[in-house]
Amino acid sequence: MNHRITDAFAKAKAAKRGAFVAYLTIGYPTLAKSEEAADALIEGGADILELGVPFSDPFADGGVIRSAAYEALRQGVTLDDVVALAKRLRAKHPETGLVLFTYYNLIFSKGLEAFADAAAQSGIDAVLAVDLPLEEREELLGVLRPRGVGYVPLIAPNTPLERVAESAKGLENTFLYIITVKGTTGARAELPPDLLDRLDAIRAISHLPIAAGFGISTKAQAEAVSAHADGFVVGSALVKRLGEEGEIKGELLP
Amino acid sequence: MNTHYGRFGGQYVAETLMAPLKELEAAYESARNDSAFRREFEEILRDYVGRESPITYARRLSEHLGGAKILLKREDLNHTGAHKVNNTIGQALLARRMGKRRLIAETGAGMHGVATATVAALFGMPCEVYMGAIDVERQSPNVERMRMLGAKVHAVTEGSATLKDAMNEALRDWVANCDDTFYVIGTVAGPAPYPQMVRDFQSVIGVEARRQCLEKYGRLPDEAIACVGGGSNAMGLFAGFIDDPAVKLVGVEAGGKGLASGEHAASINGGRIGVLHGAKTMLLQTGDGNIIDTYSVSAGLDYPGVGPEHCYLHDTGRAEYSVINDDEAIAAFDALCRFEGIIPALESSHALAEAIKRAPTLPKDALLLVNLSGRGDKDMENVRRYKESKSQSL
Repeated sequence: MNHRITDAFAKAKAAKRGAFVAYLTIGYPTLAKSEEAADALIEGGADILELGVPFSDPFADGGVIRSAAYEALRQGVTLDDVVALAKRLRAKHPETGLVLFTYYNLIFSKGLEAFADAAAQSGIDAVLAVDLPLEEREELLGVLRPRGVGYVPLIAPNTPLERVAESAKGLENTFLYIITVKGTTGARAELPPDLLDRLDAIRAISHLPIAAGFGISTKAQAEAVSAHADGFVVGSALVKRLGEEGEIKGELLP
Repeated sequence: MNTHYGRFGGQYVAETLMAPLKELEAAYESARNDSAFRREFEEILRDYVGRESPITYARRLSEHLGGAKILLKREDLNHTGAHKVNNTIGQALLARRMGKRRLIAETGAGMHGVATATVAALFGMPCEVYMGAIDVERQSPNVERMRMLGAKVHAVTEGSATLKDAMNEALRDWVANCDDTFYVIGTVAGPAPYPQMVRDFQSVIGVEARRQCLEKYGRLPDEAIACVGGGSNAMGLFAGFIDDPAVKLVGVEAGGKGLASGEHAASINGGRIGVLHGAKTMLLQTGDGNIIDTYSVSAGLDYPGVGPEHCYLHDTGRAEYSVINDDEAIAAFDALCRFEGIIPALESSHALAEAIKRAPTLPKDALLLVNLSGRGDKDMENVRRYKESKSQSL
């Protein structure tokens, strides 16, 4: 197994900052612009990229990412396109962590073996399936593990600590994605008051780095979270900006 | 409790929903073993819904067809006009027992929305119903009924603006509000424990029908036939006969404009295995795993997935699943109106159409039990429009 995700967190830690995990819905506003934005994010300092695969029924997503997914689908962007993009990014950026962020049906429908082969060959480091909890994940892990591809578990605000430990068990070259709020993806003005305590509690028991996501859109939020987590995820804010400005340039966060 | 049905079922949900699902599982397990809970459920079914519902011999229709006797399980006579209320009463009782104060639901034809709004009023709970914008339009009488009953109806304009999109939106609401909100799912789909729970609440249909058949005819039916969208009325009917191998179980999917047209909602006959809304199930999907827009003249069957237990019964061969197209369902609708003085729901008309096909091929002493899952008041406008568009295209 490669160590790119582990290394990305270690590098950020050495620089005394949280790792910047950036999410893009691939295919929005176009496939070409997604690739440009991915390059810009990496050059601008993102440590790990989450490549979101557009799905027809994004029931865990808020409005921004849903609209982006529908637009990408309208242009015919598929899982295979996202995997091909990962391969191009991997060639250009040998050190950046690449996470494929998807709804489970897209990879299940392709066939798990075929998907895992493609992911491994394209330099994808880990897979995150939104709707694949602990109870159901073994059939996917069974094909990812032998190919050296990691898996990113989601931890919700109401996930008990014993279950957090269970979710982290047996995984490497990955991180725990800590969902900050009960709800769908999308920027929020305020993060929940008990979030930082929650992050401390999870960090204390996890052998994996932890990154907080859902609702983070500003530098101030990212810094506040980074004091209690190993990294932070920004998604909707970047997708929205890309939609409005057509590109990502300058400071990554306001 | 069953969570998987062969290769189908499971709990494919966002992590935030695992805690509420486990809470629900535990609460349901305790409730189903509590005789006081069961007694209250049965009392409400009797005193409020008006159960038991009769079985009616469709004499003129059967004689006209000249074969098997067609028997109708009259779920259309329930309060609110369909089988849906059996399940919403069970779930509302459970919500109250769990201390949840708010009910949400998705609805396609609106019958489940009406049934949820009804029990919300009965138990004094606020209720919000998600309904595809297209369904809001084609089932407007039910929207009026829900509003009259005090529910808030959200028209969902995203995606294909039908039942699956309504379910997406209900799931988003539940993720955000799971502490105080109970999600009343209307069919035997979704993540465990819903398929089992909804089947259990609906099993009253099959249990009654079996006893009624034995009492009246001294024997079991040869076939039990029901329409399948998500499949709750069918699972409810099948539950009564599943251990009677001599009784053929027949599910009827919505063929829309025909399987070959691609415009249908026949997940088992026209789909392949996938994962949506919490379960592995047969799904109508593209080659790359996106969900296809479905079509049926009947809004209640217009859903790209189907309950996991149906997929399993199909795999094992215990039940068979056939397809009825729009035109056949409309003809069956007309036939029941004219021969029996009963206006059936378009959903139920699919099951009836299958019986009308089969009856003439069977001997006169054969019994076909059809679940008449709902009444057709809500469909009058649709049927009129359908006929108009047909006569114009001729």
